[in-house]
Amino acid sequence: MSLKLARADRRAAWMFMAPMLIAMLVVAVWPLARTFYFSFTDAYLDDPTNYSLIGFDNYLEVIGDRTWWIAVRNTLTFTVVSVAIETVLGLGIALLINQAIPGRGLVRAAILVPWAIPVVVATKMWEWMLNDQFGVLNQVLISMGLIDHGIAWTANGSLIMGVVIFIDVWMTTPFMVLLILAGLQMIPGEIMEAAEVDGIPAWKRFWSIVLPLLKPAIGVAVLFRVLDALRMFDLAYVLAASSEQVMTASIYARNRLISFQELGIGSAASTWVFLLVAFVAILIIGVLRLDRAAGEAA
Amino acid sequence: MTDAALALPARRRRSSASYRLERRIKKGFLVVAVGLVLIYTLFPYYWAIVSSTKQGAALYRNTFLPAFDFTYYKALYENKIFLGSLVNSAFVASSTTALSLILGISAAYALGRIDFPQRRGVLMTILMISIFPQVVVLSGMFELINWLGLYNRPSALILTYLLATVPFTTWILTTFIREFPRELEEAAIIDGCSHFRILTKILLPLMGPSLASTGILAFILAWNEFLFALTFILTDENRTVPVAIGLMGGSSRYEYPFGQIMAASVTVTLPLIVLVLIFQRRIVAGLTAGAVKG
Repeated sequence: MSLKLARADRRAAWMFMAPMLIAMLVVAVWPLARTFYFSFTDAYLDDPTNYSLIGFDNYLEVIGDRTWWIAVRNTLTFTVVSVAIETVLGLGIALLINQAIPGRGLVRAAILVPWAIPVVVATKMWEWMLNDQFGVLNQVLISMGLIDHGIAWTANGSLIMGVVIFIDVWMTTPFMVLLILAGLQMIPGEIMEAAEVDGIPAWKRFWSIVLPLLKPAIGVAVLFRVLDALRMFDLAYVLAASSEQVMTASIYARNRLISFQELGIGSAASTWVFLLVAFVAILIIGVLRLDRAAGEAA
Repeated sequence: MTDAALALPARRRRSSASYRLERRIKKGFLVVAVGLVLIYTLFPYYWAIVSSTKQGAALYRNTFLPAFDFTYYKALYENKIFLGSLVNSAFVASSTTALSLILGISAAYALGRIDFPQRRGVLMTILMISIFPQVVVLSGMFELINWLGLYNRPSALILTYLLATVPFTTWILTTFIREFPRELEEAAIIDGCSHFRILTKILLPLMGPSLASTGILAFILAWNEFLFALTFILTDENRTVPVAIGLMGGSSRYEYPFGQIMAASVTVTLPLIVLVLIFQRRIVAGLTAGAVKG
């Protein structure tokens, strides 16, 4: 009887999941498989039915392209710097909101605003604020006497990556704050009270109690943000189209695929992006696991 | 636990004057910090509103108060193509949300309530799909869209957006369903109630708030999407709002229509901000439920 019931349950489970699984087969697994397949062909987008298999040539073509490596370097720089800043800033703001402060609810709501704004809109807003002649930031800096003429933030090759990182930090720090705040609220109050009674100074309480206890929350938040940053497309594309200074790996792949119509090479580039993200994901998850294992052993 | 509560035992030991001074300094510092955070997060949007109500030369003078000149908005709302893209966005985002909630809740019931051996495997697969870069499926998706005859149609976007939203709704709704006590359904199971009835008659009526927060997150995800919307839509009248704004530009660098872009930006973002402020708590619950269990 119970065996029969278990079997019926199992069948029911698959029935309930069927619509979701079919959808995922159609929009994820199938296109992914086709991308892999196309990456071994010399197909062009205008006539994808006419092609021949050419082995790994496309993969070699991509890694032989100087622009690809620039894109990879940009992507990695962007990911490392922006996620690092977001983590520190997010931690700071989370600690602040966690205090008993006036207007705490207001801050908590305000912090969600940058997160809800579409990337394109945020990019345009900052582009306007950073405009070299009329931008409010230059005006403020000039009136404070810090600079004597406006800085061309978005037109200057060496500054534009900084601008991209800056805008990304503005948009995604809220996500960090929320996840870290959730972690902070799970720290039992007694621990902090005991430390306070023992007269342990605030910075040490933070460094040896709060931070270690927050590690899992921060780890998960960093993982999500890194994987998201590695596939960044819209921000750099809207701000600088295909300028090499901020071209990301995703932009490179899309350029080859759509702008140059090179279905084969574009697919190979996409596959490289996929491998890059998968590699980093495995690396981070590995580090998190090691960390957890070490924590349990101690 | 708050610092005020922590400071209680210390109060007896120290003189109340020095304590009060310290508290005041700390409070002053916190207020300044809060002010800085508020300016940092809110000023850009405020500035977009201010800029969108200025005209001509006023736009280039940095007065910090809005001029309440709504010319840009009027022009925007008479612009059929922009209105069309608003309609497209609303259509695409709400259809995507509805579909992903239906697919998500059904799958989440199985993943959260029925014990079967492959459950962990399915959850891991869903998580993997949700992290891989969209650009990876671009070629295959392009072929699929063409083959279905959906190229340059907003409905193509609904299909492609499921890639991001369905794993997301499934994952979050699964964590929400698990939070309900099993006792809720036990009587129903003993009475021989079917799974379908348990889901629709017992769980669903309780899941309003969970569905709302998951739905809002999915809606924002779909409303803000750029890569697929840019790639699979060819003509202006079929575009969604983010792409329409992204492609706005002047004939030269000096004619860049910033006022107009700001008006469009304010318009597109307003519904999101209102949603976020109303459902603040639910959104935070949804975001953290998805991540903490992951």
